[in-house]
Amino acid sequence: MRFGFAVRLAARESRHGIRRVGVYMASITLGVAALVAIHSFRDDVARSVREQAEILLGADVRLASNRPLPDSVTRIVDSLSAAGVAVARVTTTGSMVLAPASGDVRLIQLQAVEPGYPFYGSVRTSPSGEWPIALTEGGVLVDPAVLTQLRVDLGDTLVVGRERLIIRGAVDDLPTTLGYQTAVGPRIYVSPATLASAGLLTTGSLARYQAFLRIPDPEARQALVTRYEDVFEQTRVRFSTADGQAQELSSSVEFMGEFLALVGLGALLLGGIGVASAIHVYVKERRPSVAVLRCLGARQATLFTAYLLQAAGMGLAGSAAGVVLGVLVQRVLPWALAGVLPVAVTPRISLVAVSAGLGIGVWVSVMFALVPLLEVRNVPPLQALRRDFEDATRRRDPARVGAYLGVLGTVVLLCVIEAPEVGLGLGFAGGLSVVVALLAGFGWSLTHVVRRFFPSGAPYPIRQGVSNLFRPRNQTVSLTVALGFGTFVVGTIIQIQGSLLDDLRVSFGEDRPNVLLFDIQEDQVDGVRALLPETSRGGATATPLVSSRIVAIHGRSIADLRADTASVDRPEGWASRREYRNTSRVELGPAEALVEGGWWDDPMETGGLPRVSLEEDVAESLRVGVGDRITWNVAGVEIESMVSSIRQVDWERLEPNFFAVFEPGVLDGAPQTVIMVARLEDAEERAVFQRSLVGAFPNVSALDFSRAQLAIDAVLSRVRQAIAFLGAFSAMAGMVVLMGSLSASASQRMREAALLKTLGARRGQILRILLVEYVALGTLATATGLVLAVIASAVMVPTLFQVAFHLHAGTLAAIWVSVAVLTAGVGLLGSRRVLTQPPLEVLRDR
Amino acid sequence: MIIQAHGLEKTYLSGGHPLTVLRDVDLEVAPESFVAVVGPSGSGKTTLLGLLAGLDRPTRGRVILDGVDIFASTEDERAEFRARRVGFVFQSFHLLPTLTALENVLVPLELRGEGREHRDRAVDLLARVGLSGRMEHYPSQLSGGEQQRVALARAFVHRPRILFADEPTGNLDGETEKGVVSILEELNRESRTTLVLVTHDLSLAERAHRIVALANGEIVSDRPGGGA
Ligand SMILES: Nc1ncnc2c1ncn2[C@@H]1O[C@H](COP(=O)(O)OP(=O)(O)OP(=O)(O)O)[C@@H](O)[C@H]1O
Ligand SMILES: [Mg+2]
Repeated sequence: MRFGFAVRLAARESRHGIRRVGVYMASITLGVAALVAIHSFRDDVARSVREQAEILLGADVRLASNRPLPDSVTRIVDSLSAAGVAVARVTTTGSMVLAPASGDVRLIQLQAVEPGYPFYGSVRTSPSGEWPIALTEGGVLVDPAVLTQLRVDLGDTLVVGRERLIIRGAVDDLPTTLGYQTAVGPRIYVSPATLASAGLLTTGSLARYQAFLRIPDPEARQALVTRYEDVFEQTRVRFSTADGQAQELSSSVEFMGEFLALVGLGALLLGGIGVASAIHVYVKERRPSVAVLRCLGARQATLFTAYLLQAAGMGLAGSAAGVVLGVLVQRVLPWALAGVLPVAVTPRISLVAVSAGLGIGVWVSVMFALVPLLEVRNVPPLQALRRDFEDATRRRDPARVGAYLGVLGTVVLLCVIEAPEVGLGLGFAGGLSVVVALLAGFGWSLTHVVRRFFPSGAPYPIRQGVSNLFRPRNQTVSLTVALGFGTFVVGTIIQIQGSLLDDLRVSFGEDRPNVLLFDIQEDQVDGVRALLPETSRGGATATPLVSSRIVAIHGRSIADLRADTASVDRPEGWASRREYRNTSRVELGPAEALVEGGWWDDPMETGGLPRVSLEEDVAESLRVGVGDRITWNVAGVEIESMVSSIRQVDWERLEPNFFAVFEPGVLDGAPQTVIMVARLEDAEERAVFQRSLVGAFPNVSALDFSRAQLAIDAVLSRVRQAIAFLGAFSAMAGMVVLMGSLSASASQRMREAALLKTLGARRGQILRILLVEYVALGTLATATGLVLAVIASAVMVPTLFQVAFHLHAGTLAAIWVSVAVLTAGVGLLGSRRVLTQPPLEVLRDR
Repeated sequence: MIIQAHGLEKTYLSGGHPLTVLRDVDLEVAPESFVAVVGPSGSGKTTLLGLLAGLDRPTRGRVILDGVDIFASTEDERAEFRARRVGFVFQSFHLLPTLTALENVLVPLELRGEGREHRDRAVDLLARVGLSGRMEHYPSQLSGGEQQRVALARAFVHRPRILFADEPTGNLDGETEKGVVSILEELNRESRTTLVLVTHDLSLAERAHRIVALANGEIVSDRPGGGA
């Protein structure tokens, strides 16, 4: 082989015609752009979170419990403090807060913080400098949302428990809380002394107790962990470090991980297909020159190398453009997702992502180019002498087999790299192979079906168009695969995207309750209901709450069961020791689904025991299943029950949901409080209701979560935007692939059209011939791709994304029609020159 | 006069420079005559033929074909005109690769919606060019000469008033060439088709009624041939 000649030839050849084909390399550009953007963005998030981990936690270490920190832990904290470690305690509890100025009342989170907290980052208040001085002086600082919710101003008074507090300022930025959290659940801040004198905390109050420690030295932190791990574990005090918290946060951002992976993968594969068709066009156009060069004595290997170099060059150029575009998108994403991300994400060019993008782009270009490039080797010199010569004998070619294996290997590798897990990647790759095989099979059988049922009675343009589907040099199989695969990828992503968006919508639907009332006494239920506006009364549901603890399982006491550390039946501490708030229900709630056993109307032999239904996680942690016995302590009375069913609960829905639900009647007579949910359409209505509620039933707390819904909706619409934005990438790549694969046949169709014209064909006739072929291919290939997309997403949506699958028939139909129209449009556009220009140009021998 | 060309000029822009390949050509051809166009390679023969058949637009000048000023009409009108009255044989046959030999011959009739009723005419013509056994073959399965003969049959199938042929025998051996030429002559006589034929072959040119010689895009001689 003459390598020098190959390089020179590559340079000379690419001067010519590469511009026409270069457009289709845009598909690899989009693929690489998606890849670079997604990977860099993930890096950005992970890095930003890591960098701001201490600021986010406000300290290096946090100890937290739902009960006051036990003496053993307090002793540890005190001794650390004595040794010079900075310590700040924070206690958080909910309280009804009244604003005398407006008369508004609201349940608000109250946080009592010791000076020093947070140790990292700075708190911005307006007026500035009030943190923590306002607190130590007995004032209150509030989140800005509190001001609007209670319709108060700085300087006004808030009544909290037994205290009247002056609002000294608004907390504009507390680095330890996320932007949207304060909108969902705004807080007020006081000193521990104020909290104590307000008298809010009595034994058994719901509160969260935290101690923040400043231990910058990682080794000292580690020493603390190893030394006291057991104490924390036994006292059930949660121990977390800034690094650990950072990891948790990063993974919470991975909520879009699978989706992003699919988008990146889809865009890259479309890029590969785009490259393959671009090279196919290129090689086809260059066939005559290749043939002549072969006649003149150029070796197969030399020519092959020359064209391989060109493909690599185009791949490099396309990928470089993709990197630039990807870096731009990377900059857009943090802005598009502002408010959703846990930290301010600063984009930084990630060398790894950039070079991986470039490398993968060139690699994919070369691998996908190999198959069409092998044609170069097979161009017979005879073709220089006979234009229409075709080597009919298809020999078994090991290089071709190798090229296909290379493509397959590349696809598998890409899937594994992009998918969150190896197994999943292999699954993707397997699924994709099946899809391509099905599409090719469909294209192949189409040629046979059309030949078999040829419309021999149809007018000439239709017969000619249809015969193009199966005659020599037909493009049916290649176009079916390219078009079908393109629509498959786009269709799948749109289906998944649609189902994800639907899920986000369902959780916060229009007719959901928006007010939660709790701590209602049994005899107050009717009174509270009467206060509701008439329109809301019917929809309001009251649910009893009975506090209980588990005493024994299967007759064995919890202490006994927990002592047996070796047993597989040893229940987990959180589930066996917690205080349960149980209820009884006639019917399943809207966020519940039975996974095992039957509901009350399903008869079950219990030996006279009342039946109870458990949530699946708690059942698993207690190591119990249907038919097992649990003994509860309800206000000093022991009740033995039998587990009759296991439920799955969608905790994310804003509905009252429970670990344990009893058969109706069992809890009657037990001391209980009632919670009630209702929907009050209008903000004014809600305010009036809450005011009258405080007057009539001061012990009842009301939580208006329509505001929370608004805030969450704002967050979700951002997520929606980002998902749609990324999904658009695959749609664009699909378009480019479509154009590329159609142009593969453009020059041939052009010569045919010119010829028909010299033979006297009118433009209309030529148009009709082309239309028949393209419309047939466009509709059939697209339909096949979409059917496969529906199947693939119906499988992936519930398993991979764990949301319900919804068929988006309208969108799919729109894709179907537009791709079919586009196919015909692009196909015709390719021949437009011939329709308007004199035919001699095209037909004159080159 | 069935063909009247006046002041034909064709200028190409090649590499930014104008290149005049036909200069002020005047040509009149009598109905039913047989005109040979000769000249060295690159002298503009194919260009002239293309202009006369309306396959390309001249830079200047006009062509009146069978009484119709063809460049005063639209592309579609020209195409229809060809479908009814003009046949063309290319230097390099140009068959539709997706159609069989018979189907290729039938195309001009199909375009006029007469494919079915005149099918036998196509079969007949293919037999006359010696291809009765190859009707269902695709162009890629035919030799150059065979393809050329299919192209000839196609040019005649709709009985054009005028036939333009660009070196129709360039790819043929002596025997086949003789066959093709005699077919051409026969058709010219029988169907009273006007024949304008480009050739390098002087012995073939001598059989024409008239020989027009081109050089550098100009007519340099115009004399009666041996067939006159
Ligand atoms: N598109 C074009 N652009 C520039 N020059 C052209 C173009 N088409 C043809 N020519 C030039 O026009 C001249 C005449 O070409 P033409 O094909 O008519 O020659 P010819 O007499 O048929 O030659 P031959 O006997 O080799 O077929 C040639 O010099 C050719 O290079
Ligand atoms: Mg010529």
